[in-house]
Amino acid sequence: MEFLSDIASLINSTLRISTPLVFAAMAGIFAERSGVIDFSLEGKMLMAAFVAAVGSYYLGNPWLGLLLAIIVCVCLSMLHGFASVTHKGDQVVSCVAINILIIGLTTALAAAWFGQAGLTPTLNEDQRFLEIHLPFADALRDIPVIGTLYSDILSGHYVFVYLAYLSVPLVFWIVFKTSFGLRLRAVGENPSAVDTAGINVFTMRYKALAINGVLIAFAGAHLSTAVNANFFREMSAGRGYLALAAMIFGKWHPKTALIACLLFGFTDALQIRLQGVELPAIGEIPVQLIQALPYILTVVLLAGFVGKAIAPNAIGQPYIKER
Amino acid sequence: MSNIVVDKSKVPWWVSNIIVPLVNLTLALLVSGLFIFIAGENPIEAVKLIIYGSFGYIQGFAYTLYYTTNFIFTGLAFAVAFHCRLFNIGGEGQAYIGGLGVFLVAINLSFLPIPIVWLLSICGAFLFGAAWAYIPAYLQSKRGSHVVITTIMFNFIASSLMIFLLVDVIRDTNQMAPHTVKLPEEIWLPSFEAFSGILGIKIRYSPLNLTFLLAIASLFFVWFLVWKTKWGYEMRAVGHNTQAAIYAGISPHKNIIIAMCISGGLAGLLGVNEILGVSHKIQAGFPAGYGFTGIAVALMGRNHPIGILPAAFLFGILYQGGSEVTFEMPNITRYMFVAVQGLIILFSGALENLFRPQIESFFVRRLNREVNA
Repeated sequence: MEFLSDIASLINSTLRISTPLVFAAMAGIFAERSGVIDFSLEGKMLMAAFVAAVGSYYLGNPWLGLLLAIIVCVCLSMLHGFASVTHKGDQVVSCVAINILIIGLTTALAAAWFGQAGLTPTLNEDQRFLEIHLPFADALRDIPVIGTLYSDILSGHYVFVYLAYLSVPLVFWIVFKTSFGLRLRAVGENPSAVDTAGINVFTMRYKALAINGVLIAFAGAHLSTAVNANFFREMSAGRGYLALAAMIFGKWHPKTALIACLLFGFTDALQIRLQGVELPAIGEIPVQLIQALPYILTVVLLAGFVGKAIAPNAIGQPYIKER
Repeated sequence: MSNIVVDKSKVPWWVSNIIVPLVNLTLALLVSGLFIFIAGENPIEAVKLIIYGSFGYIQGFAYTLYYTTNFIFTGLAFAVAFHCRLFNIGGEGQAYIGGLGVFLVAINLSFLPIPIVWLLSICGAFLFGAAWAYIPAYLQSKRGSHVVITTIMFNFIASSLMIFLLVDVIRDTNQMAPHTVKLPEEIWLPSFEAFSGILGIKIRYSPLNLTFLLAIASLFFVWFLVWKTKWGYEMRAVGHNTQAAIYAGISPHKNIIIAMCISGGLAGLLGVNEILGVSHKIQAGFPAGYGFTGIAVALMGRNHPIGILPAAFLFGILYQGGSEVTFEMPNITRYMFVAVQGLIILFSGALENLFRPQIESFFVRRLNREVNA
């Protein structure tokens, strides 16, 4: 039983840790399927975390904080679009600019407004999201297997966890089953053909970026108003890049990207459990090596098992309409 | 006679290479001023403090040049890779590992005579930085793993690796703090204090040291390498049009590796300034964001050594003046200047074409009027 509950808690933390990655990967799919590179997931996630924490603190309601985060992230996506779609600037440079700008701005403003070395004030129970306990979770706990599955794994998560996994089939449906999705993918593969068909390439890319902004805001809000009760410096800690790697590993496809996100989440959950544990024959693994595991895994995944990752054909290229 | 038309190619060079970048820089600084205002301080006072802090007294100016040294290395590092269309945003990690290289060589070979141990340490910094860039380069060219993601991951991994080494392997065991022992004093690079004594100026302490001259030499080295050698030509060809380069018999693989290794090596030289020149030991986190600032420096300097020198100097002013601001203004932390870097990358990199058409056509119209008059 000890073993079973260990596994259950590992799966439980995997689901929770993967949540921001799933949102970010889905956000990345929209941008990149439309032909716009988005390394700025990292920066936008950090900005969302900051805005959600500050918004919830002043407005007293985490949903209003989330709403503000969505608005700000959509604005950042529009900025990325303005630079790289309208003005045909370099997309990677635009992303790097946004990331560095946000790392600086969030910490600088947090320090200026709240003093506490770049921390926002701790949110109380009304100002943050709480864990949702599914009905009958306590009653069913003692039933073997089903009880563990329902009460220890499915129940007791933040609302974002459920939303993240619900967003995957939704994104799949939008991208692969609707006419909007067809146009979206076409814009990323062959923009001039789409243009010939009378669809505005620029508008499509801006729409994709807007959805991207909404999705990434959830990832940030999850970090600062659910799992943590405040914002701290660089709290996104590379998750935007991990999600992007997961998306590439998942070949720009929601289902496979989800699997990659879960793999990252699992590594991270395992990482936390392994700290300080003596392994047979190896002894204690240095904590720094364990902490670096998700990053090493990213490199290994990108390098080894992807096969040839085939990006949308027009990715990274600004569309220049012929005159 | 309005049918005589001057086309865009007749726009004088200084319009595209000086006026447009200056307009972009001005925009970035205006928005920065707005941020300082939002943080609750007076932007004009901040500018005064920046100018006083970086030029107002000799010690401040020496600090400005010391920061300039670091930014020349990281700026050149980004620029070299960029000419091969590679975004090496791993300068931070490469500098960290480069620092390890310079320290290991210097401490183990400190019995050698002075210029030789310096030269070998510089080689150590370059090789270690280059080796750290080699893996992402290899993965990019052979496996198609995007260099932006791998270099960022290598920053995280470098940081973990160095903390591990500093805590468990090469820590000064008489200390609790994670740093190494100091290098023997005989092999420290001479600092600006020594020179200023000869010139009759007395200053208490300055981090500026001989590495500044190495940075200037690196500017010439990169200019020569990228524009005057076959390697540089091939590298730029791969960056400009990979398919055409393959057609011309140029190997993209080889050039990606060379470009990234030189780039990583240049970032590694930051370790020479920091360890052989200033702190004489490895401290946790010593690259302190210089690697990322290099991106802004390179983009502002249009990836050319002639542009990178003034851009690095400008960031030296911002860093040194900025520390004066954070000292005087309680609401401003050094992170405000990280945001300023982001704005400069945004306006002089991604949005560089924001006003270019308007500015160029203004000059075209003026030339037209002159021709017709």
